[in-house]
This record gives sequence, C-alpha cells and structure tokens, in this order.
Amino acid sequence: MPWTLIGMTIVTDALNPAHPPEPKPVSRRLVRLMRRPELGAITGTIIVFLAFGITAGNSGLFSMAGIANFLQVSAQLGILAAAVALLMIGGEFDLSLGSMIGFASVTIGLCVTQFGLSISVAVAIAFVIAIIVGALNGILVVRTRLPSFIVTLAGLFILRGLTLAITRTVTGRTQIPYITDGQEGSFVVWLFGGKFGAPVFAWLGSHGLIAARPDGSPMVQGLSMSILWWVAVTAFATWLLIKTRFGNWVFAVGGDDRAARNVGVPVDRVKILLFIGTALSATLFAVIQVLEAGSADTLRGTQKEFQAIIAAVIGGCLLTGGYGSAIGAMFGALIFGTVEMGIFYTGIDTDWFQVFLGSMLLIAVLVNNYVRRKATEAR
Amino acid sequence: MADPVPLIELRNVTRRFGSVTALRDMSFAAHAGEVHCLLGDNGAGKSTLIKTLSGVHTPSEGQMYVDGRPVTFTSPRQALDAGIATVFQDLSMIPLMSITRNFFLGREPVKGAWVTKRIDMKKADAIVYEELGKIGINVRDPQQAVGTLSGGERQCVAIARAVYHGARVLILDEPTSALGVHQASIVLRYVAQARARGLAVIFITHNIHHAYPIGDVFTMLNRGRSLGTFRKGDITEKEVLDMMAGGREIRELQQELERFTKPGSGAEAVIS
Repeated sequence: MPWTLIGMTIVTDALNPAHPPEPKPVSRRLVRLMRRPELGAITGTIIVFLAFGITAGNSGLFSMAGIANFLQVSAQLGILAAAVALLMIGGEFDLSLGSMIGFASVTIGLCVTQFGLSISVAVAIAFVIAIIVGALNGILVVRTRLPSFIVTLAGLFILRGLTLAITRTVTGRTQIPYITDGQEGSFVVWLFGGKFGAPVFAWLGSHGLIAARPDGSPMVQGLSMSILWWVAVTAFATWLLIKTRFGNWVFAVGGDDRAARNVGVPVDRVKILLFIGTALSATLFAVIQVLEAGSADTLRGTQKEFQAIIAAVIGGCLLTGGYGSAIGAMFGALIFGTVEMGIFYTGIDTDWFQVFLGSMLLIAVLVNNYVRRKATEAR
Repeated sequence: MADPVPLIELRNVTRRFGSVTALRDMSFAAHAGEVHCLLGDNGAGKSTLIKTLSGVHTPSEGQMYVDGRPVTFTSPRQALDAGIATVFQDLSMIPLMSITRNFFLGREPVKGAWVTKRIDMKKADAIVYEELGKIGINVRDPQQAVGTLSGGERQCVAIARAVYHGARVLILDEPTSALGVHQASIVLRYVAQARARGLAVIFITHNIHHAYPIGDVFTMLNRGRSLGTFRKGDITEKEVLDMMAGGREIRELQQELERFTKPGSGAEAVIS
C-alpha cells in the first residue's frame, strides 16, 4: 500500500538527515558579495572616476579644492539618500522631502531673526517639527492606505506653500539673511556648518603638499562637516538595515506587508518611523545649508526629493520596495556629486548634466530589475 | 494511540457573516500525533473553519477548547501564543529576503544590549541550517533568497518555521495544491515527520490523493456542515471521494470523457 511506503521513507529520512558538506566559506562570501545590491553603484562610481580621471585629469576636479567641492555636494545629497533608501526599501516614497528642507530652513531663520531664539534652540525646534511632519505623513499613508506617492505629493505643495506664505507674511521677503551673525564661532554652527581637519590641511599646506597661499596657509582649510554627517548617517542606516530587528522588518514591510503582518511585524509603526526618518534627514540637510551659508531661502531643497530617489535607485533600491542598501545610496550620491562637479570643471555645458542624470536613472532601473530577477530565480 | 483529550476542539460552533451562515453546528477535534484531514470543495466552509481555529474569526455560537480548556481568541497572535500555527497558502514569506531572515521574521534572536542590540545572525543561520537539514533540504547558504527555493521547499521552510517557533497544532491550508507530484511528496513526507514529533496536524485540501495516504482522520465538509468524521480504517478512498461534494460529478465527468474516446464514436471523428 502506497502510504505505508511513504511512512517508511519518512523514518529513514528522519534518522539520517542528509547533511551536505558545507561549502567553502571563501567562495560563499564571494557569492554573497556578488549578490549585494550596492555592487552596481560601486562599479558605476569606479567608471565615473576613471572617465573623469582621463578626460578631466588636469581640470582641477581632482585637486584638493575640487575634491572638497564634489564631496560636499555628494554629502548633502547623500544624507537625504540614506533616509530615502530606507523608506524605499520599506516600500514607500516621500515627495515632500524637498519642501521639508525649505520649511525647516525658514523655521530656523524665523526662530532666530524674528523671535530672538538662540541657534541651538531653533535647530531643536526644527527637528521637533520634522518629527511631527514625518509622523503625519506616515499616519496618513498607513491609515488611508493610499499610495505614499500621492499623499506626499500633497505634502510637497502644502509645505512649500506654507514656507512661502509664512515667510512673506512675517518678513515681507522670501529670504532670511544674517542668521548666524555674531555666532559664527559657536559650537552648533561648527557642528553642522563648520569644517573639520583644519590642522591636517594646515600641515599639508605648510609642507607644500597641497596648494597654499603665499603666507603658507592652505587654499582648502578643511572639509565640510556635512561629509562627516553623510558618513555617520549612512553608517547608522546600514547598521539598522543589516544588523537590527527593525531593519529586518523594513525589508519585510517593503517586500510584502501582508505577509509581514501575518508573522507579527508592526507594519504601521515601521512605516511611520521611516517617514519620520526622511523628514529628519531633510531637516539635517536644511540645518547644514543654513548654518554654512548663514541665510535661509524659501526655495531651498527644490527637486531634492527626486535627486534623492535617483541616488537611492542608482544605489540599488527597487522602486517596488523590499530590496536595496544605504551604502549603495551613498555611492549613488557620490556619482551624482562627482558628475555634477566634473561637468562643471571640464567646461562641458552644465545642461548636459540632466541628460546624464536621466540616462543614469534609466540604466540603474534596468540593472536593478535584472538583478532582482536573478536573485529570485529558482536554482 | 492518540491522547484522549484533544489538543484543539470545536464544539457545536456556528459562524455567521451577516445573514450568511458559513459554518453550522460544527464539531471537530484534533489530537496530538495525528493528521486530521479536512476535505471539501470550494465554499464548503474550510477557510472559515481555519480562520476560526487560528483566531482570525470568533465563533458566533459554540465553544473552542485548547487542551480541554475553553478559550476565546480575538487575534491570530493569541492563537500563535497558544501554539496554534497556521501556514496560509501564500506562506507569509518574502521572496527577496534570505531564508534566515524569513525564518526568524518577527522573532529575531538578538544579542547585545541597548544601542548594540542586534540580530544574532550567526546563531540564526546555524539554526536554519540544522532545522532544514533535518527535513532533508540542503541549503547551500541560509543567506540565499527564499525566491531561489522551489515551491515544495518553500512550503517546507514555512512549516519548519512554524514548528521551530513552538507550534503544537499545525494548520496547513492547501499545502500541496500548487505543487507537482514530486514537490508534493516532499511536503507530505515532512507532514508525516511533524506528526511523528507529536504535533496535531490539520491538513486542509480538496485533493483526496494527497490527503488519503497521509491522513489518520478525515472530516468532510459540505456547505458549512460536517458530513462526519471517520478514521482511516473505517472508510476507503473512494468513499471519501464520494462524500465530498463533486465526487459524483467527477464520476459523471469520467463517464462522459470515456464516451469521447470510444473507438468509432462520432466525437472522435470530429476531434481528429
């Protein structure tokens, strides 16, 4: 009788579990490496650096000043891209990101110039407002079950409109200058808008290793603090994603939120926290720009929402969620900043930058789709 | 022989949705170390029964018992905590995530404290490797995506996950319906292993050929009612098939099909 036969096989299987020899760790590590989502972005970065190394080697892009420049541009975008990558892996978009930058900028500006608050208090208020806006975005998305694309598109207009309306009503203008006046040396201004590594650059300059002024002080006196923030934010996002339970939930929520809910993942809480994350990253961006420039502008951050999405996608994030990496987004931002500055230094008409950007996005999406298909193919 | 107190039992349970009665006066019991097959055509009330057992629905009338004690579950989480795990048809697995990450999703083992609190991935990988090895699935790398597994393997991983996380009652919703013969046999074998470990398995299917070899007890459902519960010795495969709605229809269909293939019949001429 067939079922007794099946019963017998079961017994033998249960007693002698077929354990295969474990594969060599080196080859396994290599296979795992090849499967990482950021591989494409790292390859892209190498290609971009090689291309500009050949065509723009003597243009100053790779001088100390040039490097400081493209790192700063990349860093600011990279701070946004890390948070956006987390949100996209969680399966959502935040189009209100750019407007949030403007809103946070004028919040700081108004708090300092109109209400006479100190810069540190103003910055703290901006971060609290970011948490509220992010939570509102998240709650709206999870409660209404509408696509976040639409909900945050509304946020894009509402926040930008509020920014303009409030600033013009209070100050009669759309720009708020002289925010850091008299506080240039304060810790908060240095922390977000200052430079680091000054002693190293001074030493390099005095020994003639980098370009220096006649008095021996270096042309580049330090790197923008935004670069440290970029590295810190990316490291934190990567730690969250790969090492923590929350990161596991982010992948699950973006991969299949119903399945995640079935096994007990708090889906709504994860999504709301991710929206708070993007709003906080926008505010960090705003604080850095305001304290570096000493002024706020209602149009700050325009189009940054799309640039951050592009950087995240170049970094390997799928538009459908459930896959991607924060380190990838870091390289996506680096490609973005290097090409933007590279085109400027090589003297190519900067209009071409947008053409390049669009093409880059298209290629990245195609590559990601291919990688996803490969990753889920039965072997 | 089975423990006289069933692990999970429904007594005279009725479940209504508005004016529709999905389950009517249903009594049902699953014992440790037994595979209890629930058979019925679409609309017979199988999914309502599963959802009642797994805490998604509460009975409108009647009472549910676990270990002989009356219980009322108001959420799937409560049923899960009582050791009643349901493997739904969609498996609740995320194809792009690794086997290990799926296996421990929602119950990740952690090490370290406060800011250094993190998933103990090494331990998790080792457990997955061992648990899957036990059921004869050789994963080359527990970090490979679930999407790379075959349908039968995925089903087994989903069941292994439920068993590992402490299920005593395993409810399997059509575990073999989407699988080929070979894949289905992998799953059936594993179900038998779970039974040998002393779990109560509730196996929902409309495929008698998968249910009969593995089942110890059969309950037939039709239009929300139980047509009776039978032990394997008391009923043949053919009788089970007859009792399921559609048994007669299948026989009629067979006769009809035979007519088509009779040599010299008009139908054959038309087809060829």
